[in-house]
Amino acid sequence: MKIFVCVKQVPDSETKIKFLADGSGVDTQGVKWVLNPYDEIAVEEAVKFKEKNPTAQVFVLTLGPKQRASEVLRTALAMGADEGIVINTSQDGDSYTTAKTLAKTIQSEGGADLILTGKLAIDDNGNAVGPMLAEFLKIPHVSVVSKIEYQANALKVERDVDGGAKEIFEIALPCLITTNKGLNTPRYASLPGIMKAKKKVLKEYDQAQLGIEPSDFKVKAGAFTFPADKAPVKMISGDATAQTSELVKLLRDEAKVL
Amino acid sequence: MSKILVFCEHHNGQLKRSSQELLQFAKSNSSDVIALIFGKEAKSIAAQTAYHGATTALTVSDEAYVSYNPELYTQAIQEAYAKTQATVLLASASATGKDLFPKAAARLNAGIVSDATSLEINGASVVAKKPLFAGKCFANHAFSNASLQIVLMRPNQLPVAAPDTSKTITIEELSVTKIDLKVLLKEIVKGTSEKLDLTEANIVVSGGRGLKEAANFKYLDELAQVLGATVGASRAVVDAGWVPHSMQVGQTGKTVAPTLYIAVGISGAIQHLAGMTGSKVIVAINTDANAPIFQKSTYGIVGDFADILPKLTEEFKRALHK
Repeated sequence: MKIFVCVKQVPDSETKIKFLADGSGVDTQGVKWVLNPYDEIAVEEAVKFKEKNPTAQVFVLTLGPKQRASEVLRTALAMGADEGIVINTSQDGDSYTTAKTLAKTIQSEGGADLILTGKLAIDDNGNAVGPMLAEFLKIPHVSVVSKIEYQANALKVERDVDGGAKEIFEIALPCLITTNKGLNTPRYASLPGIMKAKKKVLKEYDQAQLGIEPSDFKVKAGAFTFPADKAPVKMISGDATAQTSELVKLLRDEAKVL
Repeated sequence: MSKILVFCEHHNGQLKRSSQELLQFAKSNSSDVIALIFGKEAKSIAAQTAYHGATTALTVSDEAYVSYNPELYTQAIQEAYAKTQATVLLASASATGKDLFPKAAARLNAGIVSDATSLEINGASVVAKKPLFAGKCFANHAFSNASLQIVLMRPNQLPVAAPDTSKTITIEELSVTKIDLKVLLKEIVKGTSEKLDLTEANIVVSGGRGLKEAANFKYLDELAQVLGATVGASRAVVDAGWVPHSMQVGQTGKTVAPTLYIAVGISGAIQHLAGMTGSKVIVAINTDANAPIFQKSTYGIVGDFADILPKLTEEFKRALHK
């Protein structure tokens, strides 16, 4: 079984966001890049599978500027993935170009039996690359999965949908699954894992050589703004009876939400 | 002028509010609004879409379309697009929307923006605004090289007018090509709650560590019952196993934007704030006057949940004449 795990470098969630002087984007200087938490779950799933099925191979790939991309791949390799693939680019792509780039890379690597990736990246909250990638490779997908049962040529998966309900699908291999919280608890890389990761292969592609056309860029972000300043909080004092009756009055007469 | 296709979702025979929002927005931007409706009840839902602004309805009433299947639904979207040559497709950023439309976008050579909070259509071009980095900033997203522009809107972002029941609609049934399936739905396991999903709820009451133990969620359930609200939770109590992950609000849970959000015993870690600062009015109830949640709130009460909540439930009962 050849498993490809697609991961993204995202700013650590404590990062303070600043804009570039010309307002064209976010200033990434000094940002601490981490493995997207949902992709961490995907890496864990692949590594767990490999532990039970030692002949499986786990490739982890990412798209981005070489240095920070490589660092995030080392984290995944330290968790137990076999080989890393950096697709070097300095261009800010959209979901469409990202998915197409990943598809072409996986095809160049001889194709996958299973592709795992997080349900979304916490930076742009795009929710799109997984299902798009599956479509470009003409394989089926199920997204937002919190349970996988491995069968001979198929998977039985539980997908989390609205209202806490679950849709249970059977999906033929090769396929793509996007991972949700609850599927597993990602491990911390151990010291021996980190040492081993240093010796693992890190292969390199260049996005420019993968045949991505200018017409593949379909969505562009601009006009960055910060949220409007919020009015200061109105604290309600008194005993519990006074507080609750005042709150309900404010919600009804001032905020008009009742 | 844009030709707008609106993917309409429904539940128990009713057109969802999130779809009503999209139809009304489409109507105020185009005279050519096509509702796309799947499932056995599609034709009766079509009448409701007219009340909110659809000028025509395309239905797929086939039994196979009662439940979601990514391959079947994508095939239908492809054929609806081929038939209508719409330039804009609007759908809700629901569980179905987020799974279906990226796949459809890849197939149709379309651009897609998911989780938009506001939307503008100028002539033929669409600009969608959405939060980035967990709401720390916003950006406008514009399309290029896309014959079809797909936007998935968060629910509760656009206004809904009273239905105009005098409106009627032309319904056309789309007969979709049969395809071989590699994904099959085996079963749907219902959630514990039949209430509106957190992402669609108009009022959300959430609990955190400050509730002290899982059993105290009953105070929130009682309050939610009176308000017709959906109950959410912080990551800390989900990780502690008090409530299921489907109830988690925050960066690794759900993003909610209700009219009223009541946070009880939640300190307001940045990961939680990321999931709820889009709410219109925020009420925080916490014993710690320095809890960061108060900085993001409209109204704050320093107090213990066990004193406040039963009284608050009674007050709401009186105010709502229940």
